[in-house]
This record gives sequence, C-alpha cells and structure tokens, in this order.
Amino acid sequence: MKRLKLVPETTNFDFFRYSRATLGGSIVAVLAALVLWLTVGLNFGIDFQGGTTIRTESTEAVDVGEYRDALQPLGLGDVAISEVFDPSFGPDENVAMIRIQAQEGQESVPADTVSEIETALQEVDPSVSFTSVESVGPKVSGELVETAFLAVGASLLAILIYIWLRFEWQFSVGAVAALFHDVILTIGIFSLLQIRFDLATIAALLTIVGYSINDTVVIFDRVRENLIKYKTKPLRDVMNLSVNETLARTVMTSGTTLIALIALLVLGGDVIRGFVFAITWGVIVGTYSSVYVAKNIVLLLGTKRDWSKPDKTGGNQFANVES
Amino acid sequence: MLQIPIWKRVLIWGLVVLGLLYAMPNLFYGRVETSNDAERAIVQQGSTPERAAEAGQWPDWLPSGLVNLGLDLRGGAHLLAEVQVEDVYEQRMDAYWPSVRDALRDARDEVGTIRRVETEPGVLRVRISRPEGMQQALQIVRDLAQPVSSVTGAVQDDITVAGQDDEIVVQLSEAERAATDDRTVRQSLEIVRRRIDEVGTREPNIQRQGEDRILIQVPGIGSAGELKDLIGTTAQLTFHPVEGRTQDAEANVGPGQDILPALNQEGLFYIVDGSPVVSGENLTDAQPSFDQNGRPAVNFRFNPQGARAFGDYTAENIGSPFAIVLDDEVISAPVIQDHIPGGSGIITGDFTVEESTELAVLLRAGALPAELSFLEERTVGPELGQDSIEAGRIACIVAFAAVLVFMGASYGLFGIFANIALLLNVGLLFGLLSAIGATLTLPGIAGIVLTIGMAVDANVLVFERIREEMRTARGPSRAIELGYERALSAIIDANITTLIIAVILFTMGSGPVRGFAVTLGFGIVTSIFTAIFVTRLLIVTWFERARPKTIEV
Repeated sequence: MKRLKLVPETTNFDFFRYSRATLGGSIVAVLAALVLWLTVGLNFGIDFQGGTTIRTESTEAVDVGEYRDALQPLGLGDVAISEVFDPSFGPDENVAMIRIQAQEGQESVPADTVSEIETALQEVDPSVSFTSVESVGPKVSGELVETAFLAVGASLLAILIYIWLRFEWQFSVGAVAALFHDVILTIGIFSLLQIRFDLATIAALLTIVGYSINDTVVIFDRVRENLIKYKTKPLRDVMNLSVNETLARTVMTSGTTLIALIALLVLGGDVIRGFVFAITWGVIVGTYSSVYVAKNIVLLLGTKRDWSKPDKTGGNQFANVES
Repeated sequence: MLQIPIWKRVLIWGLVVLGLLYAMPNLFYGRVETSNDAERAIVQQGSTPERAAEAGQWPDWLPSGLVNLGLDLRGGAHLLAEVQVEDVYEQRMDAYWPSVRDALRDARDEVGTIRRVETEPGVLRVRISRPEGMQQALQIVRDLAQPVSSVTGAVQDDITVAGQDDEIVVQLSEAERAATDDRTVRQSLEIVRRRIDEVGTREPNIQRQGEDRILIQVPGIGSAGELKDLIGTTAQLTFHPVEGRTQDAEANVGPGQDILPALNQEGLFYIVDGSPVVSGENLTDAQPSFDQNGRPAVNFRFNPQGARAFGDYTAENIGSPFAIVLDDEVISAPVIQDHIPGGSGIITGDFTVEESTELAVLLRAGALPAELSFLEERTVGPELGQDSIEAGRIACIVAFAAVLVFMGASYGLFGIFANIALLLNVGLLFGLLSAIGATLTLPGIAGIVLTIGMAVDANVLVFERIREEMRTARGPSRAIELGYERALSAIIDANITTLIIAVILFTMGSGPVRGFAVTLGFGIVTSIFTAIFVTRLLIVTWFERARPKTIEV
C-alpha cells in the first residue's frame, strides 16, 4: 500500500544554512510585535478592562446605527457595536456584540445599566434577545491582568527550571527564548489584527507555550542522545542531524494538530474563534521556533560535550521503565 | 523479545473497560440526567411512583456520573460577589453602645455625663463631660471586652479602647475583625445557598473565593439580574422601638435615631431607635398565614435569646408602637397589645398572598449579615450554549475523522492501531472527567479537540523511532522494542512540560479557563496511557498472531 509521506525517509537539510536570516528574521519579527503592542496596543476584552458586553440575537437584520442611536441617550460613554458573522448562523440569526466601557467611579457592576440597555434595544427591535451578558468590574479586571501575567511568568519559569534539570542550562535558555518568541509573536498578531484579547487568549498563550515546548523538547532529547553517540562531531552537525531525524515526527504532529485546530476554527462557532485562532497561530510559530530559534541559541551558547557519564541529567533515564 | 506478562494485559484492558464504562453515561445524557435528578429527589423528598419510574430509566449498577456542563454550555448565570465585611463592624459597635452607656452611667460621679459622638463607621466614640475621670472610664469600658483567641492562638480582647482628649474611642481589635470577617463571609455563603435552594434550581455552585468573596453559579436561570433579586442584595429584618412619626423625610432626629419610610404608605416616615430590639438573626422560623381578619400575614418565631429580648421589651412597653423593619423600610408598626412571652408573633401589613409567602421565604432564609457588592456577572442564554455544544460536537467529529484518515494514510496498519488508541483515548478522557465530576466548558471542548490532535504525538514518536530502528536493528521485534524504549524519554519530557502548564492554568485560571486546563491535563494523562500501554499491547498482540518477517511502519 502506498503510504502518505510528507517527509522523505532520510533528509539532510542544513537548518543552519540560513541561520542569520532565520534568527535575524525572528528577532525583527519579535521587535515588530513589541512595537505594535506598545504603539497600537491590544484590543482588551472586558476581562482585563472592565465593562459590559452584550450579545444580541434577532430575527431582523442588525442596524448598527439604529442600535447606537437607541443607546445614545443613556450616556454610557464609549459604546462599541459590531455585527458578528458566522457560517453556522441560520438566515434568521442576526448577531451583534455591544461593548460598553466600565462606568466612571463604579467599583462593582452597575445594577440597572444592563436592564436599561436591554429595554432601549427592545424598543428598536422587539424581536431582539440577549443571549449572553457579561459584566466585569474594574476591581476584578485589575486582578485578572495580574493573574494573567503571573500565570505566563510562572509557566516560563517552571519550564526554564524543568529543562535545566533534565538537560543543561543552555538548552533551557534556548527553550525559553523560543517560548518568548512564540508568546510575543502571538501578542503581536492580536495587536495587528485587533482581535479581542481576553482571559481565554491567556489560556491560549499558555497552551502555545505547552505545545511549543513539547516540540522543542523532542528535538533536544534527540540532540542529547546524538551528543552521546557522536562525541567528536561538531555541535552544529549533531544538531542538524537531530532535527533531520525528528523532522518526520515534527511534521506529522504539527499536521494532525493543525488539522484538528482548523476543523475547530472553521466549525467551532464564533464564540471561541479568537481562542482557537491564537492556538493555531501558536502551533505554526511554535513549530518554526523549535527548529529555528531554540536550536540556534543553544548553538550560540555552546554546551558541554562530555555526556558519557551516566549522570543524573543524562540519557534515557526513563528507558528502563517496563511495560 | 516482545513480551507482556498476562497480568499486565489484564490490567490494561481492565482499565480501558472501566474507563469506557464511566464514559458511557454521557452517550445517554438526557436519560441519565433525569434518572439522577429523580434519585436525588427521592433521597430528599421521598419516593413517588413517578420518581421511581424516572430513576429506573438508568440501571443502578451502571456508573451514573456525567460530565457536568459549564455555564457557557448549559446557560445560566454567574456572579462574583464581595461581602462588605465592614458593615458588620458598624453593627457590632452599635450593639456595644447600650452596654457602654449603661456601664458608664453607673459611674456617673466620676466620668460625668456621656454622649455618643458621630464618627466614621465601625468606631464608637463617647464623649465624657469630666475628662479627669478618663482613666476610670477606660477601665470600665475595657472590662466589657470579651476575650477572643486569634489565629496565632494568643488570647486578645475583642475591642481596643483608647482615650483621646475627652473622648473614648472603641474599635474592634485586629483578632476580632479577622474572626468577624470569616464569620460574616461564612454566614453570607450559607444564606445565599439557602435562598437559592429555596427555589430548587439544579446544581448551583456556590463557593467561597479568597478572603471575602462568594462565587455563585446557577445553571438554567434566565439572567444574572434575576439571580441578584433572588439573593436579595440586603434583606435585613429588625424590630425597633418607634420614637415618632413624621411626613418629612428630612426631619431632624436625635442621636442614634433613624428615619425610615413606611413600605405601603407614601409620604409616611417613622422615627425609630437605631439599635434594634431583636434582629433577623434570632429568627428561627417564618410561615405565611392569615391574621384573625383573614388577611395574609406572616407568622414568625424567635430563638430563646431573641424570645427573651422580645418578651422583656414587650412587657415593658405595652401600649407603645413597635416597628417591623425590612431592608430599611417599615413593613408595619403595630402597637404592642400585650406581653409576648413565647417568642412568636405575627406580622401583618397590606400583603397579598404572594407577598406574604415571599416574605416568609426571605425571613426563613435569614438576613445577609452584610451587603454584597457584585464584581462580576455573566449570563449565557441556553440557546447560545446549545449552539456552542453543537458547533463543538461537529468540530470534534470532523477533527477526529481527519486525524484518523491522516494517521491511517501515513502509517498503514500501525496507523490503525494508533487510531484505535485515539478513540479509546477520548473515551477514557470522558470516563475520567465523569468519574471525578469535572465541568466541561467551551474552551474545554477546544482542549479535547487539541488533545485529539496532539494525542497521536506519542504514537508518532514511537512509530518514527521504529522506522529508524528498522534500518539498523536485527528483526522487527527488536525494532519495535527499541522504538518504544528510545522514544520514551522524549515522550515523558515533552508531556511533563505540557502537564506543568495545565497545572498552572488550573491553579490560576477560573471558570472556562479552568475547564480547559482540566481537559488538557487529563488528555495528556490518557494519551500517554494509551500510547505507551494500549498501542503497544495492540502491536504485541498482533505481532504474536501474525509473526511477520518484516514490518512496514
């Protein structure tokens, strides 16, 4: 039977050949993402900024202007109204998202605002229903921002330590640099496309971190094995060999994950689209960064060559687990 | 040679069967849910033939745990409330005032006349007319203090007393504040729980979060506003002596007096003594009933402490009016006809039957000791949740099918083994989630889809390794063995890092994000199990039967 082979049996690509271009490109991309983040900024959801979002569903077509006029007299400050489109909506499903900024001087959620808005909109369009209403007070959103930063920081630190324990410090620096790259680039694309950045996006960022480290570790594991096998081969060659050897796996796993994610991206509905988009994007940059970023940094830093001693960080310590 | 001892095979298949058994109820979600609800109702309210029939829809001997659906999937309301614990400090100081007053009055010769001074809430300031008697006054007030044991075990007084010029300043001590806070939050939690239980909503989730917050999640409720009404931002029932009536809301009142509007009479205000005779905490029961004229009313009963206070007060004040106050509104102000010793009474007002029933419920559930302020509220309509489930289901099936085809095309027979393992993997994941009663959220579904994509990773690592080993190893059985052996460290390292992330997400996240962490974390556990044990067992079993000279991975 003919097999599907995305990667030939043996490959011998030189992954360092364009290392200047790839690593340089990554650095430029990270800087560009940082600049975007700082200048354009992120489209923070209410989780991080406080405020209210209301999702409306109506059998009549959404008229954003009409909605805006209806809400105008309430004096709610900045009101953003956008229509939502999704292939899964039926012809009678017209969905809009309304976002209202946190009201001045109110620590907790305004009790009557939501019902005022609902009444005002129902006057414009009697068939409108409110399928989801979310309000977050500024106090909680401040804490959520803090927790989010902590979570991302804690993950990076935990991974730094784990890789350090299992490999060498150069590897852990390489791995974390790659993760940093993935996280920043994801934030960059969110800033560029102004996709809503909320709690779920942080979860997505951490998932990316998890996925990308997974990829990186598999390559590192092979590098370690080959370093023991080929004691005198230059580090650069050992690394190239390792990436080539694991290339088929890298492509297969990224392939299946992307297939699953694209199915979810297209069919999973608009509620989690931002979340799934972040993960999909992260899988792509994560795969790239394990091959081009993590390894390059380890090469720059160098590593010890004498792995022959079966010390506690070496080799296949799990290999004698029976099954 | 490839060998797996028989006990291990039995154990592996046993675990798989057990996991699938636990997952099975989810295939019959509606039926199992009805049956579980009916069983719960039988335990709580006794059996009826109807309930027994419903309970019988799912056999007892099968597992009946279901994956709980999160609010974002089932629809419902979510509230995060903060208990204003400081409210209680104020009440406590108000309660202290009468005893401070009486104690100082007894020592009038030394301290002179005393007067309570208005100050910030939570502080009791008393001015004495003879500052030279301050030392003695302080001593008198200090003697009123009760000991409390703090967290560290040291015993402290419940109040701190200090002198400032001619004023005595009384406040709750640090230890007492901490103890009060804790008590207040626990009380509020209990009351919120009882009020929500009164309406009989299914599986509400009410829990304390952090120091002074309460998280309330009620599936199936129409909106967060409805839930707030149910909890009642404040429903304080108190009984006050009436000092007078007025038409003027801005009328001047004496110190320690409050002016409160009448509930049913527009423009009528009562001037009452700010310190209640009895409060709602002392209420043990309240039932809707009718008064002697057949009008709807509410019967109530106090606990012994409340009964005594109420009895004493009524005995001393026959003929004077007495205000029944709910949430700072006077429901009624009857004149005390007689000494009421038994600690029970009746509230009459212009109630409808519904109002009296509702009031009884509110009173029975008790008053919230402090106000709640709402920091976060989310409502998801059931239709949106249903749409999300539907979209998630379709995405799962498509992702599944695509991955199965891709694996089959890439690895042939071994791909099919991996596919069987993948199917079992999702089954086991559901089994595990049901067994521990985890909550599935929309990001959780995304976690499952991600797991479907990533679960094949361990198998891919092994298969690629077997391919490599085939080039050098002697014979296919050795290649398979080496493939598993050598891929193991990569599998473990890669998955432990992801597991670390899942744990961090679980500890730091809340709600939907937590649901994602749960499916991601358990997905890793089940996928390692299926890849290392199940696929290997499948391959070995096949190998023993077929004895191929060469294998194609």
